Amino acid sequence: MISSQAPVLIPITFLFAAMLIPLVGAVHRAAAHLTAVLGSALALYFSVVGMQATLAQGRISYHIAGWMPPIGIEFVLDPLSAFICALLCGITFIVMVFGKRSVEYEIPQKEIAFYSLSMLLLGGLAGMVMTGDLFNLYVFLEIGALAGYALVAIGDKRAVVSAFRYLVMGTVGATFYLLGVALIFISTGTLNMADIAQLMPLVHDSPAVIVGLVLIVLGTALKMALFPMHAWLPDAYTHASTTATALIAPIGTKVSAYVLFRVLFFVVDPDHLRTEMLNLLQVIGYLGAAGIIWGSIMAICQSELKRMLAYSSVAQVGYIAVGIALASPLGFIGAILHALNHAVMKCCLFLVSGNMRMRLGHSSIPQMNNGLRKSMPWTSAAFTLAAISMIGLPPTAGFFGKWYLALGAIEQSHWIFLTALLISTILNVAYFFRVMERMYLKPQEPGAVDYSEQTVARNEAPASMLIPTLFLAISLLVLGFANAWIVSNLIVPMIPGWL
Amino acid sequence: MIEFIQGYYAYIFLAATFTIGLYGMMMKQNLMKKVLGMSVVAACTILFWIVSAYKDGAGVTVLDKRYGVENPELYLNPLPHTLMLTAIVVAVVTLGVALALLIGIYREFKTLDEPTLLERMK
Repeated sequence: MISSQAPVLIPITFLFAAMLIPLVGAVHRAAAHLTAVLGSALALYFSVVGMQATLAQGRISYHIAGWMPPIGIEFVLDPLSAFICALLCGITFIVMVFGKRSVEYEIPQKEIAFYSLSMLLLGGLAGMVMTGDLFNLYVFLEIGALAGYALVAIGDKRAVVSAFRYLVMGTVGATFYLLGVALIFISTGTLNMADIAQLMPLVHDSPAVIVGLVLIVLGTALKMALFPMHAWLPDAYTHASTTATALIAPIGTKVSAYVLFRVLFFVVDPDHLRTEMLNLLQVIGYLGAAGIIWGSIMAICQSELKRMLAYSSVAQVGYIAVGIALASPLGFIGAILHALNHAVMKCCLFLVSGNMRMRLGHSSIPQMNNGLRKSMPWTSAAFTLAAISMIGLPPTAGFFGKWYLALGAIEQSHWIFLTALLISTILNVAYFFRVMERMYLKPQEPGAVDYSEQTVARNEAPASMLIPTLFLAISLLVLGFANAWIVSNLIVPMIPGWL
Repeated sequence: MIEFIQGYYAYIFLAATFTIGLYGMMMKQNLMKKVLGMSVVAACTILFWIVSAYKDGAGVTVLDKRYGVENPELYLNPLPHTLMLTAIVVAVVTLGVALALLIGIYREFKTLDEPTLLERMK
């Protein structure tokens, strides 16, 4: 029963929670956080049920108000959207549990607005993942984006400026997307993705369709911060509050990447993609490869932990773009697996930076020393594990995404992509070991004579923040060991048949 | 050439206006002008949808007794117009959020000029 309604229940749950939180918060302040946690837990439950049903019986399609697909709006849960949806609901639940103390500390008096907006953001993103209609996707994209701008603006003093920059870039992206949809609508006369996919072979030569696809790819690339269009991302991530960053960074760009997957692999005519549109894929891939190198180099130059992680996100989006550009089963697996791994590890790293801000008051790398290891042993351990995973050392999850991408690049003899992957691994080592060296080895200031355990008080983050961080860190190991199971059971069913 | 311009003059006009809007967003240093450029770009996109649904000699999508239902070319496609109602709402909301952010920036830094703003943010 629930499973057949799951596609529409998940966004509705988030949107309903977003409306409920201001009402509940007006009665009792603390209840706002509880509602957000319960809302995301409910959505997580629905998404898990939906994913099980999808794997058991295939595609679930929900028709809004009973109107049949080519005319009515369709919500679809197929293996790909079910997977991405479960991922974003899971991350949201963990971040919401984490959020209580962090939000109270960083943005006091704004909790109710914050939780309401974060539910609205998730409602928009979940809707983007579920919908089977290109225009509906635009509406959800704007719901999520507007909530995202406001979430970024609730931050430190400079956050308003970075939120404004984010808004300008995001609106350009959404406008390009809408123009692209217009051109495709003019040529095919329908907005339903499955319907367009059927009609595409008839019109794929028309210039309008090609320009439309390029505009859609351009708009989505702006939203997912593909290399030359990433300028909004570092500022927005740095100045927002930790919880907002931990929500937007792992999920926001992934959902835009999902739209790219959906349009390129499920809407465009496969034969056409293989021949003429290949240039478009190549451009995406080379931009991704350039972004991998550029993001990693910029990350080395940063002195603030959150800013470094933001630039590293630019690089990680590049991996997904490379996976899309390979357009082979291995590339597809690599890109999806990397989206999962990156969401978990980047979320974990941002939570670590939140823990540091809570206890040290800063997350500036030059000020760190080995007192950190003594005062916050668990946080440091979580950071180390996530950093190892980001670099891509074998038992952790990060390795396997890169491994499939590298195999895909070798299979098609794309040596430029392979080189970019290898160089970026070395650069990742450089910027993560720089932090770990300070965290574990650099002695404290010479003024403090005694370096023994007694001088540094144990000052770990509160349990409600520490447990989510550790949970994410440990799940990186679990994901790493379970990667064969995840690939064969979850990712292989979602590969389109023609690939 | 003349036929091309006559056939597509609305699209040519929209492309020119879109470019002007993008220019304003990218090149102008006053943040308010960036918002104006953004508004122009959004309006162009909405007009593009509406122009695409236009047909010579067709009327509104209400059943007319004189024409009946035999000639669909006498009616416009209503879908783009209805969709653009939603897009207009979205554009207005985006404009509202942008203006709210501008008020926030002005309260914090007392300027909307980008070079001065970058100077004061240091």
